[in-house]
Amino acid sequence: MRKSQEFHVDSTRYLDELGKPLDDLPAQASDIERVVSAYRNMVLTRTFDAKAIALQRTGKCGTYPSVLGHEVIGTAIGQSLAPSDVFVPYYRDQAAHILRGVSLCELLLYWGGDERGSAWKHCPEDLPIAVPIATQCCHAVGVASAIRIRDEARAVVCCVGDGGTSKGDFLESINLAGAWHLPVVFVVINNQWAISTPRSVQSGADTLAQKAIGVGLPGHIVDGNDYFATIEALDTALERARGGKGGSIIEAVTYRLGDHTTADDATRYRTAEALKKAWEADGIKRLQNYLHQNGLWDANKEQALQAECKSTVDAAVEAYLATEPESPTAMLDYLFESVPASLQQQRERLAGKSDGGES
Amino acid sequence: MSSPEVRDVTLVEAVNMALAWEMGHDESVIVLGEDVATNGGVFRATVGLRDRFGYKRVLDTPLAETLIAGTAIGMATQGLKPVAEFQFMGFIYAGMEQIISHAARMRNRTRGRLHCPIVYRAPFGGGIHAPEHHSESTEALFAHIPGLRVVVPSSPQRAYGLLLAAIRNPDPVVFLEPKRIYRAVTHSVANNGEALPLDTCFTLREGDDVTLVTWGACVMETLQAADLLAEQGVSAEVIDVATVSPLDRETLLCSVAKTGRVVIVHEACRSGGVGAEIAASIAEGAFLDLQAPVVRVTGYDTIMPYYRNEQAYLPKVTDIVEAVEQVIAL
Repeated sequence: MRKSQEFHVDSTRYLDELGKPLDDLPAQASDIERVVSAYRNMVLTRTFDAKAIALQRTGKCGTYPSVLGHEVIGTAIGQSLAPSDVFVPYYRDQAAHILRGVSLCELLLYWGGDERGSAWKHCPEDLPIAVPIATQCCHAVGVASAIRIRDEARAVVCCVGDGGTSKGDFLESINLAGAWHLPVVFVVINNQWAISTPRSVQSGADTLAQKAIGVGLPGHIVDGNDYFATIEALDTALERARGGKGGSIIEAVTYRLGDHTTADDATRYRTAEALKKAWEADGIKRLQNYLHQNGLWDANKEQALQAECKSTVDAAVEAYLATEPESPTAMLDYLFESVPASLQQQRERLAGKSDGGES
Repeated sequence: MSSPEVRDVTLVEAVNMALAWEMGHDESVIVLGEDVATNGGVFRATVGLRDRFGYKRVLDTPLAETLIAGTAIGMATQGLKPVAEFQFMGFIYAGMEQIISHAARMRNRTRGRLHCPIVYRAPFGGGIHAPEHHSESTEALFAHIPGLRVVVPSSPQRAYGLLLAAIRNPDPVVFLEPKRIYRAVTHSVANNGEALPLDTCFTLREGDDVTLVTWGACVMETLQAADLLAEQGVSAEVIDVATVSPLDRETLLCSVAKTGRVVIVHEACRSGGVGAEIAASIAEGAFLDLQAPVVRVTGYDTIMPYYRNEQAYLPKVTDIVEAVEQVIAL
């Protein structure tokens, strides 16, 4: 029998768990300002995350999905995207949103039950947070189709979890990206868990990146706690996409260090040992070590950064808590471009109630 | 310049005319779906569009309905106006999560930052001896969803004018084309780019004794029933609902105030159908005008039978006449 096709999936890692280079670092490492700025965003994201969980625990925010363990990937996504590119997130992309210009107050409003949390002013073309799993993948290829129809040098990044790769939406979308040569980079954030379901249950494939091969896309695995591996893969994939060379899939491997959401208790299904081991691979600590080792960071800078992040988050929380709820009529006002005649009566009823009057 | 009046146009040709007009006048209009480009659609609704407007604006998709529904959303957020075809309504269900959870909600959940000017077209209804899954009328599923418009044309003129309106509308429209009358009649259609209003019923025939409320292919039988009733001295008003959601209750209630009697005719199953919403609205808004209970003539509450029995399922002219005789007798 003759072999007709051969495939491979590359995997990249530059730093060991202590932040020591295993190999020559990519060109991205020489942009010191960008590297330090990445670290700063990771710390801000983690500070925000801890605060959001605390707000939920004290009844001041709704159910919230912790981003713990995703900070490196999100930061690399946010840095690699150009302002004219489009970001199509799932729901654990806080680090990327912050770099796209979504305010911390908007993130809190979203998880705090207020639609204005998605009225992003600074990245008006980015899709809102997607809760139904993998549905955003179809939007990403739609955005990428529009870009291709208009022959623009822009690209799309779409995030999806390891669980999301089991859904038809993901598979249909990567298939279209391959068939239509669309400028879209799918980042499969493999954090090992879909709530309580481990990665091994999602697919019999050895890697999730290899799903790319079946649809004619390149697939690449990166250590998602290795900033250099992740940013290099994203920069390369986005440059390729913007240059009309098509899409790709990056499987960024990490570990969900928190619960699925504040409504979950991960101790029910995973061991303390596994979690402890995952913490040893934490990407923020790793990059911090790297910066220290290279004379780019010190204890004073760290202290100042922690204080700055705390004060930024506190200000956002203050703004969030001070935001009055919208008028109830907003639930009808944004349904269509204008309120249809048939809904006017319902709107008047709501308006009457919100004024404290009788309907 | 030749007259815009085109003679002998079928409903499906009117769909094609409206698509061609709007694509010719608005380059943001994109057509996508299965077999829509080279083949011109299995019903030929999109025939010729690829030759006129090119492969970038008329797109054959992979065979994946979820993808069609969702890709249109992504395109729409970039300012395109996608017209996505589902080959038959029986295959739209794979796209429902995208339509319900995203297309219908995008404007609301982003507080107007993004919106979805999409038309989801699908041929629907029975009566053409089609295979299983090709004949259902499930417009009520979509009529229940806030943020969607559900529009059903019932003549070539209304197909043309309502489809233009649907494409120009900045919000998503599920546009259901009654394939039983795709080629049943031909009318002259003015190909002048003039849209008809959405959210508005069309009173097709004025009358004093009874209001017949219907939409889609059943408009044909309802008008025939009105002719027969006229011979019996019963003056029936015939209203084509056209936009089944949001509902133009005003027109319906005004008619009921005049006639005091209502028969609702639809092909879909009875329970939970759009007819139930219309009946409830009339009970709420015109109860004291009613001289008889509202009666529905509908399909049965069962799975659409295969085609040997589909005629037994579909409402017939005699069913409508009998229902009117029943409400007139009270």
